[in-house]
Amino acid sequence: MSDLLGKNYINCEKGLWSWLTTLDHKRIGIMYLIAIVFFAFLGAVFSLILRYELFSAGKDFLTALQYNKVMTYHGAIMTFMVLVPGIPAVLGNILLPLQIGAKDVAFPRLNLLSWYLLILGAAIAIISLFTTGVDTGWTFYAPYSTGSAQSGTIFVVLGAFVMGLASILTGLNFIATIHQLRAKGMTFMRMPLFVWGLYATSIIQIVATPVVGITLLLLVAERVLGVGVFDPKLGGDPILFQHFFWFYSHPVVYLMVLPGMGVISEVVTAFSKKVIFGYKAIVYASVAIAGVGFLVWGHHMFVSGQSDWAGVLFSFITMFVGIPTAVKIFNWMTTLYKGSIEFRTPLLFALGFLFVFAIGGLTGLFLATLSTDMHFHDTYFVVAHFHYTMVGGAVMAVFAGLFYWWPKICGRMYNELQGQIGFAFVFIGFNVTFFPQFILGAMGMPRRYFDYLPEFEHLHAVSTVGSTIVNTGMVILFVVLYRAWKYGEIAGDNPWNATTLEWQTTSPPPHENFTKEMKVTGGPYDYA
Amino acid sequence: MTMRKHAHHFKDGDHEFSASKMGVWLFLCTEIVMFGVLFVAYFLYHNQYPETFAEGAKFLDWRLGALNTVVLLFSSFTMALGIHFCQKNDSKKAVLNLALTLILGAVFMIVKYYEYSHKFHLGLYPGKFFSYEAAESVNLAMYFSFYFLMTGLHGLHILIGMGVITWVLIRARRGEFNSKYYTPVEGVGLFWHVIDLIWIYLFPLLYLVG
Repeated sequence: MSDLLGKNYINCEKGLWSWLTTLDHKRIGIMYLIAIVFFAFLGAVFSLILRYELFSAGKDFLTALQYNKVMTYHGAIMTFMVLVPGIPAVLGNILLPLQIGAKDVAFPRLNLLSWYLLILGAAIAIISLFTTGVDTGWTFYAPYSTGSAQSGTIFVVLGAFVMGLASILTGLNFIATIHQLRAKGMTFMRMPLFVWGLYATSIIQIVATPVVGITLLLLVAERVLGVGVFDPKLGGDPILFQHFFWFYSHPVVYLMVLPGMGVISEVVTAFSKKVIFGYKAIVYASVAIAGVGFLVWGHHMFVSGQSDWAGVLFSFITMFVGIPTAVKIFNWMTTLYKGSIEFRTPLLFALGFLFVFAIGGLTGLFLATLSTDMHFHDTYFVVAHFHYTMVGGAVMAVFAGLFYWWPKICGRMYNELQGQIGFAFVFIGFNVTFFPQFILGAMGMPRRYFDYLPEFEHLHAVSTVGSTIVNTGMVILFVVLYRAWKYGEIAGDNPWNATTLEWQTTSPPPHENFTKEMKVTGGPYDYA
Repeated sequence: MTMRKHAHHFKDGDHEFSASKMGVWLFLCTEIVMFGVLFVAYFLYHNQYPETFAEGAKFLDWRLGALNTVVLLFSSFTMALGIHFCQKNDSKKAVLNLALTLILGAVFMIVKYYEYSHKFHLGLYPGKFFSYEAAESVNLAMYFSFYFLMTGLHGLHILIGMGVITWVLIRARRGEFNSKYYTPVEGVGLFWHVIDLIWIYLFPLLYLVG
């Protein structure tokens, strides 16, 4: 970092040790970014191995058992190590205090501890690679996970537990920060929508994560002591594991997407140069999604033998989630309408999000309907659906946010053309990968299978080509961001002429974020 | 008495205190949710196998359970006094009460140790290690899985609680706390009370309801 940018959080201290012991939320955010990019790379390598094995029918270079392990690692890494910490821990850490005009998060030491817990959990999970691995799928369903011969299961499950603790502490920190450290005059209804997204996310982290934590410990107890809670031999019930697991793991998909929606709100309004349409509606929709998200877990278990009444109820409540989600999509569209739109990379990702997430959301309704779910359950239709929501939702939003805030984070501007090329690769590659999987699923291709009937071969081949394009796009995007950090043009304090507080300090911000105490007198999106 | 400066991102000591207290409360929510899962599982299986749970409860001595309940309740009282005397700038009495709390925590664990050894002696182990031969219910092992999981996790929290009480005890002896700054004692106290509260539910469910 040259001296052109003045004294800031990046150059105020030097050396690796100053990073590993830092209490500055922005530096911790950067450390999260580096760790998560590494995990995402691992997860992507596993996904490519899967796709190339599936390129043609029959056994190519993996045995069925190896395939199961690769599939498990892809899912577990991407869920617990990439998507869950992704937006909150990276963008949330860096931006939350800046957006509310605070000097730091409420508990800086705890914040650093969360990062070390994530790394510790990831290390424990990765140790399992040196045992016989794990082949249960990322869902660890009992009784298979309690009886599976693969000894890596315990490591991955304990790793997920420790990473869950990291996630809880981040959520706790953010809620306390939002309640206690807002700048003078920033009422709850004047908070930027990204902050609202993080608030809703943190509530889910606090309420849901302990459930999966103890459930994973019960799984370990089941393997080590045979406690029988999930074991029919002692009168236990494996379905109970599914209930406990999805009580966390359904809300967790909203945990991944709510902060993403917050990013989209920021980006859409900044690049339309317009006050966001229906601020309060978006706020209430975020909280509603977080709340209702706790009451829909049973839709993962329509064919697991829960009662018909439970199925009907869960189906109905699941449909209800569509309402606040649609409210948000309409609000973003209306914000764009007659705005002064600037097609920059962040907005392209936001538009990509709208397109992809709308498909992901609508196909969710097919799965929420009891009768159609009988057909689609455990097929590639489900795989395509959740990749459209999670990759479409979370990953598009991560890039929208990274490109939008990159000039603030490192003080330098990325190369616009290269960013747009990267976007094109990711957007096209993503759709080429996963759209065929909807068709495959509708035709009856079951998920998690190592081999398939010859008539599915064409679509699988298309999907594999797509996965190569999307991963190329990811590499391009990270190279663009890296080059911007190193060699980019000086961006200035507010390159987008945006109105939220983070743009009113220097880029990159100083150690204490602002040189004067911030006062807020109006809403966050004051585009007159 | 040393005066302590609040961290740079807070307006003043009161601001820091209210933020810290909120953090502790949020953490305690996660503890309650975590134990809540075990309670849900307990209720489900108790409902399904009432005879098993009734038989299992007979092996527990309610008098020892009641003794431990009294011990913990009293320790909550001494903990509260510890905080009270920190607020009153009386380090000596604060230290005394924190030490009493620590001793009562240890008494609880000693009683628990006797209870556990008694069960192990009979072969009443959890899950697959269960080796008691004269059981009437076929899945009596499940009752002891719950007994050891729930009291074990609770006991672990008592040990952690004793650890953090030792930490504030040492700081109190150094005279670090006063009416302006006693946040750590308050936080540890809240934690201790919640652990207590969980025992108040464990005692009737495991020892009395059967």
